[in-house]
Amino acid sequence: MTATAPPRRAPEAGPDSEKTAAGRRLRPRVAERLRQVGLPYLLLLPALLAELLIHIVPMVFGIVISFKNLTLFYIHHWNSAPWSGFDNYKAAIKIHQPIGQALLHSFWVTLAYTLLSVGLSWLLGTAAAILMQDTFRGRAVLRAIFLVPYALPAYAALITWTFMFQQDTGLVNHVLHDQLHVTSNKPFWLIGDNSFWAMVIVSVWKSWPFAFLALMAGLQNIPRELYEAAAMDGAGVWQQIRKITMPSLRPVNQVLVLVLFLWTFNDFNTPYVMFGQSAPHQADLISIHIYQSSFITWNFGSGSAMSVLLLLFLLLVTAVYLLVTGRKRGEADA
Amino acid sequence: MRTSSTSSRLLAATALVAALGLTVTACGGGSDDNGGSSNNDPASLKGQTITYWASNQGTSLDNDKQVLTPELNKFTQATGIKVKLEVIGWADLLNRILAATTSGQGPDVLNIGNTWSASLQATGALMPWDSAAFTAIGGKDRFAPAAIAAAGAAGKDPAAVPLYSMAYGLYYNKKMFADAGLTPPKTWEELVTDGKKLTTGGHYGLAVEGSNGAENIHHAFVLAKQRGSDWFDSSGKATFTTPANVAAVKQYVDFIANDKIAAKGDAEYSQNQTITDFATGKAAMMMWQSAATSIKAHGMKPDEYGVVPVPTPTANATGDAAITSMVAGINMAVFQNTKHKAAAEAFVKFMTSTPEQKILNGTYGSLPPVKEAQSDAAFQTPDLKVLASVLSNSAAPLPQVPNESQFETLVGTAVKDLFADAAAGKPVTTDSVKAALTKAQQQMPAS
Repeated sequence: MTATAPPRRAPEAGPDSEKTAAGRRLRPRVAERLRQVGLPYLLLLPALLAELLIHIVPMVFGIVISFKNLTLFYIHHWNSAPWSGFDNYKAAIKIHQPIGQALLHSFWVTLAYTLLSVGLSWLLGTAAAILMQDTFRGRAVLRAIFLVPYALPAYAALITWTFMFQQDTGLVNHVLHDQLHVTSNKPFWLIGDNSFWAMVIVSVWKSWPFAFLALMAGLQNIPRELYEAAAMDGAGVWQQIRKITMPSLRPVNQVLVLVLFLWTFNDFNTPYVMFGQSAPHQADLISIHIYQSSFITWNFGSGSAMSVLLLLFLLLVTAVYLLVTGRKRGEADA
Repeated sequence: MRTSSTSSRLLAATALVAALGLTVTACGGGSDDNGGSSNNDPASLKGQTITYWASNQGTSLDNDKQVLTPELNKFTQATGIKVKLEVIGWADLLNRILAATTSGQGPDVLNIGNTWSASLQATGALMPWDSAAFTAIGGKDRFAPAAIAAAGAAGKDPAAVPLYSMAYGLYYNKKMFADAGLTPPKTWEELVTDGKKLTTGGHYGLAVEGSNGAENIHHAFVLAKQRGSDWFDSSGKATFTTPANVAAVKQYVDFIANDKIAAKGDAEYSQNQTITDFATGKAAMMMWQSAATSIKAHGMKPDEYGVVPVPTPTANATGDAAITSMVAGINMAVFQNTKHKAAAEAFVKFMTSTPEQKILNGTYGSLPPVKEAQSDAAFQTPDLKVLASVLSNSAAPLPQVPNESQFETLVGTAVKDLFADAAAGKPVTTDSVKAALTKAQQQMPAS
């Protein structure tokens, strides 16, 4: 407001007051500039503070704990737990020793679970998004139905799945065995080998609507003229998907796949609700494994060390992924 | 293009941080405010408010509130101390206690499963019950010795006071036994023979809760004890792989694997489906602790079933071979950090008083660990009389060692996986049982 208002005594001002007037003109400009530069930071401050409190501080605590021998004997005064150096890390990576072996097993289970779940979710999401592009009767209803799994509360949905997977009374075996006769007996889904597949099925069911939603939004941005021009040039549907749709969706896919990968790799809800505190050996996901180490066997140091290793792995995956996809996109842009 | 790349990276980075936030363990700071008042003057306690975390004993959390509220009001009327009640489900209780222990901010009084006594005792979060504290609530002698033995490590002051007691018995369906011309088994051999006769036409001799880790170790404990074996040595070191322990687990898993007297589907049970199967006549027998209320809730009348002690290797066994149950039960502990120690002790005194013991245990269908209350008419039903006799004559506490919860998880999961093998038709042999127990033992942290 001061920048535009003329000084009231300006007409009678001498040389001295001219200086003052210049000073006055300068100061508002500095203030304005400060405001312009500072305001964004000021607006970011609450988010930064929240980020610090919610993520960074606990993460630092987690890292500190990973270097401590924090067991049930010390949790009452946890900062007095003795330092253990790299012992927790050594135990976690010694893959020929029981603790390391079990962690490695759960790592492979998690990796397989993540790749399968993300791959299938992405495929389903892409197919559905492309099919939903054309207008037809009932499209809005179908879209809404597709998004139901994404909208349901996770716990309620997962517990319903566990009911459906019950060997004796579950809907899955009822359909497979009693109605379709595709299995000679009723298989178990929540224990033994199939528990892994049951978990993958539930995870895909839960994740693919998100992929669908993101890709549908991405498809809206592709100009229809591109398809019309391609069609004029004689390109078929498959060629249009390959040459127009997929390249245009690349930025969306880049983020989508990464986010799905990270979410699925860290998935805790699915195994916890389906199997409780101790998942079957075949479905021993790393999140449950770390939970057990920390909260069931009360070895927080060991659990934290495993968490940090997981963090490093995910950082590495993310960095490599962003590097590779970024370069690919750079090439495509050039 | 550049902008979109930056924003996508920013989104990815944010997602990464959010995702990682899930996995990294965080602990809140611990405060050490130990200003517990030891003022025992009843008048000074008036107007104090204590918090009480009750474990879920009734049919639901609301049911517990309904049962406990009038009793707490009684206590408030008599002492002027108000009690803020929170009923916590079993799935959450241990984690809540853990969080309270770490932060130092917990309730004044809480319920714990008696198998956790030694583990929680090791954390130092619970007030030790020395002779003075016991004297304040009427003396240690008022309680059944078995219940006291399950309240903390041997040679230390108990970490808690027994509140509700339970014991395992063999529940059998009277009509199914009469139809087959059988009497309840006394030995394991008889149980298997009877079980085979009763396994017919979609009915099974026995129901087991194969995916319930705690249930698995309770039975593994008794079966090992009957062979004179324990799961920990005197120094608290795990001894999971002794031949007797291997044989004990194999005997239990064999109910599905070899004897085939339990349904394969039982391998999946973890939500008390065993009781449903028993109460609806799908299974003729089950080994369970204080199940009267649940059986009734599923529509089976009290005169339709009987309860006898769980079988032993030979008839009229003595010593360890005669152990038929772990000492099951719930204890009451006072949080070490309480600022209302005297009020908390007064509350424990009230809850363990003979009249309250009769009311609470009578309502919940459990047994009073207070000897004086046991003779009450409410506990003279045929099944409770059997369970009371088991508790005083043939029950032993689970190993009271700090690593007990690891034992529950690791051995409980090993047995669960063995049951899964049995259900899938894979052979369960002494070697496969030993391999599973060896793996469990190797994962035990050094204590």
